[in-house]
Amino acid sequence: MAKHASRLNRFFWILAIVAFGVGLYGLYSRIAFGHTRANYGSYVPWGLWVAAYIYMIGLSAGAFLFSTLVYVFNIRRVSSEGTVAAPAVGLADGAAFERERLEQVGKLALFTALVTLVGALICIWLDLGHPERAWKLALQTSFRSVMGWMIWLYAAYFVLLLVELWLAMRADLAARSDRSALARFLTFGRHDVSEAAQAGDRRVLRILGSLGVVLAVAFHGSVGAIFGVVAARPYWNSALTPIIFLAGALLSGGALLTFITAIWGPEPGSETHRNLMRFLGQIVLGLLAFDVLLEWAEFSIGLWNASPGESASLQLVLFGQYWWVFWIVHVGFGVIVPALLLIFLRRKVWAAATAGALIAVTFLTVRLNIVVPGLAIPELPGLEAAFHGPGLTTHYVPSLSEWLLFIWAVGLASLIFLIGRRVLPIIHTER
Amino acid sequence: MAESEKAPTTRRDVLRGLGGALGAALAVGALGRRPAAEGEALAAPSRPLADAHPQAAANAAPLTSDPLAQEDVLVRMERELTRALAKPREQRRWVMVIDLRKCVGCNSCTVACVAENKLPPGVVYRPVLEEEIGTYPNVTRKFVPRPCMQCDNPPCTLVCPVHATWKNEDGVVVVDYDQCIGCRYCITACPYGARTFDFGHFYTSGTPQGVPSLLGQDAADDYERLANAEYGESWPRSGGDESPVGNVRKCHFCLHRLAEGMLPACVTTCIGRATLFGDANDPDSLVAEMIAKPNVMRLKEEMGTAPRVYYLL
Repeated sequence: MAKHASRLNRFFWILAIVAFGVGLYGLYSRIAFGHTRANYGSYVPWGLWVAAYIYMIGLSAGAFLFSTLVYVFNIRRVSSEGTVAAPAVGLADGAAFERERLEQVGKLALFTALVTLVGALICIWLDLGHPERAWKLALQTSFRSVMGWMIWLYAAYFVLLLVELWLAMRADLAARSDRSALARFLTFGRHDVSEAAQAGDRRVLRILGSLGVVLAVAFHGSVGAIFGVVAARPYWNSALTPIIFLAGALLSGGALLTFITAIWGPEPGSETHRNLMRFLGQIVLGLLAFDVLLEWAEFSIGLWNASPGESASLQLVLFGQYWWVFWIVHVGFGVIVPALLLIFLRRKVWAAATAGALIAVTFLTVRLNIVVPGLAIPELPGLEAAFHGPGLTTHYVPSLSEWLLFIWAVGLASLIFLIGRRVLPIIHTER
Repeated sequence: MAESEKAPTTRRDVLRGLGGALGAALAVGALGRRPAAEGEALAAPSRPLADAHPQAAANAAPLTSDPLAQEDVLVRMERELTRALAKPREQRRWVMVIDLRKCVGCNSCTVACVAENKLPPGVVYRPVLEEEIGTYPNVTRKFVPRPCMQCDNPPCTLVCPVHATWKNEDGVVVVDYDQCIGCRYCITACPYGARTFDFGHFYTSGTPQGVPSLLGQDAADDYERLANAEYGESWPRSGGDESPVGNVRKCHFCLHRLAEGMLPACVTTCIGRATLFGDANDPDSLVAEMIAKPNVMRLKEEMGTAPRVYYLL
């Protein structure tokens, strides 16, 4: 696995560079031609970039909540004693690993949360009609709007992520600072690595992490609430929407983290790594089951609802022109295959890694299937046919420029991740 | 303002002169039957039955009264507009009434609006929705013009994260193009699809540039780069990404025209006089009269948005 991991690492470097390079055309297209090359319009005003935003922001919130397993719920200590830490998630059969190892996954989770947040913010920033006015969101906020709240919540979340990550890395940075200028700079002059100082860091981390749990729930809940409060769109207008967003965030973020741990986690190939992967794999399986339950609730209630408002969108998801996005990509590769892998091959690291990658990647279709079908039902019958022009249609498929810009954002986030992993003490410790 | 009032009056006077001559010729035959009605119509042309109920008036006296002697509802609405503009802004209640029985689906209102506000491709404030009822040969069509409803309880303004859209003192939902960041949240929140986004398209884009001897896009597209007068300001679309490009745009009851004492563009071009406009707080106004009728309805009333656009069925 160690050899595989390093080969995969090289593969993902190439993939990230290619994505970044190819995606540059999308960036050029957005800057040179504004929104004229995008396929979203006035009747489907939000498209791939909004879906990509809620997708990546979900990955971020999910990965962050996973980090709190370490920093808040202190799972490392319980499990290092080899006791039954959390029977529900598969630790019962003696899966023991050292606290240090899971702690490194904590840092990995924080860093993943940071880079996915950056990717998400790029997508939504360039989706604005006037990106140069984005500062108004922070300085002239309307708190009557859920979106106004969201801005402040994720600004706070961003700062919290940075501080937490710094605290988690500080001791390692200090240890590295005699040979790395970057590490020396990043300690910001705090070189104290005494046990007392580190205990202090851990205490602050725990407080920040607890705050972060509330913040991540509030912030990703508010992303869901942006959709949930829109009474004009019956498909979105449900109290369940923010909850589905949160469950989806936990699932997709946890799945991504499982995949990342497989390749970039501590000591690939070791017994500890195998145990860690099993631990993560079982959590992801549980979250997958919970997500499917919520999805069932949403679809069954919506379809059995006698009023056609919501069912029209659901019909579009299940039996519309893009039925395969739901049935094949999401249900097939995002639910059934990963579930089978996690149930029947739970001792295999590659199975958990594959399941994680499949769930994390295909989750984009779940987000697209929230954004687009909610908008693709005309608010008044005959609206589409009443006047013609670019964007006055309820049919939407992302344009090439839209895809490329999204790929660029993913490439950029991936490169930040890969570079960060090399230059920052995210996995390799000096102690 | 004075000009706009004067012009139709002059035209009417001329027409009335003609109609009078015609009416006199007809009166010879009609005299024996309904002299009183004829005399009344000719004697008091400025307060015709049409004021009370144009439909009823038209039905009641089709042969007797000189149709040209009736006052055009536009003239009445212009007069009421002048009256409303004399009041403080917050005491006016602009309302639009669309008589679906009179709408023939000609789209004059849509076109007038596009011309008045110099709307680019993909931006529309007032499309006319069409519905076909029944199957051939037992078929009929229904037309529903859909301006912004100027809701008294607008869902679109609440969701704006930067205070870029609100109900102004006149009760019209306005957009500040310089404040709007273009997030399009308000578009999703409007239950009527009344907001569209200016993506920066031009009608002439992709057409050939001019050569010295021929007129090309560079000269031919002047008309779509000219500034409109929305919200009483000047908004040119010069081809870059400056506002209103990148903004959400919507019907504003032609506030800039109202300020000059002119009716909204869509009202003035309606060939069937199906679109009425005025101050519902004025009990003598045409719109106040119309919205008190039992055959009035508003779109998606059950959502509680309280639209200010009424439809007569």
